[in-house]
Amino acid sequence: MAEEKEITAADLNAQDATLLRDLEDAMANCMKCGNCQAVCPIYRETRQENMVARGKISLMQGVLSGKIPVSANFDHIMAMCLNCKSCAANCPCGVEADELILRGRNASVKARGLHPIKKNVFRLLANRSLFDAALKLGGMFGWMTFKEVPGKNAVKSRLPMPGMDPERATPPLAAKPLRSQYPEVIKCDNPKYRVAFFTGCTINYMYTDMGKAVIDVLHANDVEVVLPPKQHCCGTPVHVSGEFDLANEMAKNMIEVFENLDVDYIVGACGSCVEALKHYPVWLKDDPEWKARAEKMAAKVREISELLMERGYRTDILGPVNKKVTMHDPCHMVRGLGITKEPRDVLKSIPGLEFIEMKEHDRCCGSGGSFCMAHYEMSREINDRKCSNIDATHADFVATSCPSCRMHITDGIIHNKMPQVVYHPIQLLAQSYYAGGYKA
Amino acid sequence: MRKEELIENLKKIVGDQYVQTDPEDLYAYSYDATPGHSYMPDVVVSPGTTEEVSKIMKLANENRIPVYTRGSGTNLSAGTAPLKGGIVLLMLRFNKIIDVDLENLIAEVEAGVIVQDINDYIAQFGLIYPPDPGTVKTASLGGTIAENSGGLRGLKYGITKNYVQGLEVVLANGDILHTGGKNVKDVSGYDMTKLFTGSEGTLCIVTKAYLKLVPAPEAQKSMVAVFDTIEDAGRAVSGIIAAKIIPATLEILDNATIRTVEDFMHVGLPTDADAILLIEVDGHPVIVEDDAKKVLAVLKENNAREVTLARDAEHKQQLWTARRMALPCLAKLRPTTFVEDATVPRSKIPAFLNIIKKAAKEHNVTIGTFGHAGDGNMHPTIVCDLRDEEETKRVRAAMDDIFRGAVELGGTLSGEHGIGLGKLPWMELQHGKEGMEAMRAIKRALDPNLILNPGKLLGEC
Repeated sequence: MAEEKEITAADLNAQDATLLRDLEDAMANCMKCGNCQAVCPIYRETRQENMVARGKISLMQGVLSGKIPVSANFDHIMAMCLNCKSCAANCPCGVEADELILRGRNASVKARGLHPIKKNVFRLLANRSLFDAALKLGGMFGWMTFKEVPGKNAVKSRLPMPGMDPERATPPLAAKPLRSQYPEVIKCDNPKYRVAFFTGCTINYMYTDMGKAVIDVLHANDVEVVLPPKQHCCGTPVHVSGEFDLANEMAKNMIEVFENLDVDYIVGACGSCVEALKHYPVWLKDDPEWKARAEKMAAKVREISELLMERGYRTDILGPVNKKVTMHDPCHMVRGLGITKEPRDVLKSIPGLEFIEMKEHDRCCGSGGSFCMAHYEMSREINDRKCSNIDATHADFVATSCPSCRMHITDGIIHNKMPQVVYHPIQLLAQSYYAGGYKA
Repeated sequence: MRKEELIENLKKIVGDQYVQTDPEDLYAYSYDATPGHSYMPDVVVSPGTTEEVSKIMKLANENRIPVYTRGSGTNLSAGTAPLKGGIVLLMLRFNKIIDVDLENLIAEVEAGVIVQDINDYIAQFGLIYPPDPGTVKTASLGGTIAENSGGLRGLKYGITKNYVQGLEVVLANGDILHTGGKNVKDVSGYDMTKLFTGSEGTLCIVTKAYLKLVPAPEAQKSMVAVFDTIEDAGRAVSGIIAAKIIPATLEILDNATIRTVEDFMHVGLPTDADAILLIEVDGHPVIVEDDAKKVLAVLKENNAREVTLARDAEHKQQLWTARRMALPCLAKLRPTTFVEDATVPRSKIPAFLNIIKKAAKEHNVTIGTFGHAGDGNMHPTIVCDLRDEEETKRVRAAMDDIFRGAVELGGTLSGEHGIGLGKLPWMELQHGKEGMEAMRAIKRALDPNLILNPGKLLGEC
């Protein structure tokens, strides 16, 4: 650390003039009103100005004007963001602060390189076969390192794990990943249409129950499901860390895997993954050829509840699910994709299910993808607020369309000794089908 | 005292974790919501108790170090910008609603509590704390007391000073003072509570306040009226008051604002209208019904082209879109937004709006005006790009016309945002040499070393 050279705006400027110029105009639109303070989950806990979007944008402007170096503290401040987009949704000037903060991280990566732990994780993430092998191995020997939390589909670590809080409950790595449990094409007689299922990492390696529910529901509706074996991480964790070049390479790989499939739709069940797939044209905007290919693919992408509401689904085989259910809107579903009505409509169509809206249902749960690993205590504080809102509904189940939210809220429920179980809405629809006599 | 020594002493008072000195952390406190003011502080301190504030002030006073009290930093007068370096005193750890006394209808609240949180908390008792500045969801109570903030309900309910009944403050020398209290009537001594309310951090540091609460109105009725001329809208405003009705809200939007909102929102606003009035009466249901009828009659008498009465809460939200989106839409036009708050007697609103229109045309700048017509508090909103020096010069010239115009009409530079640095150049115009000297004498008496928010409100003393 002693040899660490401080990077000035001038150095940065030379390194990537275009990036800085772009940033300057976008940031000038922030009028510093501070309205983001009212909605930022991290600001609400810390009450520190540099934790909120206004503070971060100012700091970046400080860097541009040469007053502030891109220091380790700058990295830290930029890292303190859940990318929940609440600031952007609440900004009177229409400043997309969440995107600007990612570009701030990108500037950090360019000036100072990526955090060593992240560098290793991303190297693994970018290499599909290595990643696959590591997680399969983890799943096979998972019982040696984790102990189960009964009834919650969660485990706690028996041993100290690098980069993870020992108290944190996570889903177990599946003994057999989802895509290994099924053939590449799940056929059905007289298919109405054909979809490619983009599973995402968490559903493939951890929450295989969510993936199974998606496949069962689609199959029950006479939809043929393709599970492209070469699909890989959507790139979101890399993109939000500001490592745009690598994330774009991952996006291109995904486009190559999906663009030529003979399918009507590409469907996903994770809000963040689906948002990424739909936003690849923005990620790749500087490369016209790839942008066009991304657009072509993005036109087919649907979140599962979005697809069901668009194409309709069988309601003649719905059996009762006599449970009280509340719903948490994942940030990337509500503010990224704008999908909030569809999953509710799916839930409300289930007989016996009593839907109860919780207070602040669209407020971030504190997960922020990898944020909760790096800043566990802070993400717990934010999550406790979510848990008390859940508790007030006296619901049996919490429905949420994102595996990361499911993971983090489950952790909160266990910590707060609450009775709820967290599911994806599609799992409750699948349960209703099973109750109605449908056999997978 | 060397800076290192100062920082060590501050750490001894509040603890290491509440003293910030890294440049990246300091930078976040170099500005507030006012365009064009950024100054680096030397240290940011977050005290947790009044005693800690007192110790910090003793230290600062002995060593003549400037102190800038800060809450959320959302003010529009550069009131918290650390102009001369020194200590930013961050008050957000004072975050408790200590007591709500239902027999005396008084809330005892610490300075760092967010104003909306007070209202959310007292709603369970059927009470409200009326001052509701545009920043009600972000501003700290202490900040709104220092700036004497107003809001949409000023006409009927008054502004912050009408609700602050007592204060706990720390003076520049570290003395802790209690002013006022729970007494409705209190004529014992100078009214220090009123003096400190609106003193913009130049006389003391507010740590706690006793706030007067009022019962929440049982019913509301809202309506929107469209006018072909500003003069008719102005006459309607005066006419409503002359009919002995005091609406809770009486807002106006000018043509530039209407066109801007319609461009962004496409909600079907009449872009050829010269003004829109938004009116809400509240109180007992029977009286509200009667008042609404009288207001309707006045609007018609004054040639309102179109009047729409809100059917229900949802319809009201729809009708009020134009007012709610006025600032956001204007702000989206250009990077820099100056929201001014020059205020004139109610009867002078049409004259004042014409002065603003003329200033915009003569200096070729974009100004949309909306505001609280009922109390004459206008918000000429000038949008520009501060990075363009030539344009900025024209903006300053337009501002000069607007402030001079307001004062000539018997108005004031600021209805609710405060003076700070932004409106300092015109202070003598409004108050005269004698008025300025009297205020400076008060400042010198209470803060002889001139360490509290130096250079603001009065300029150099």
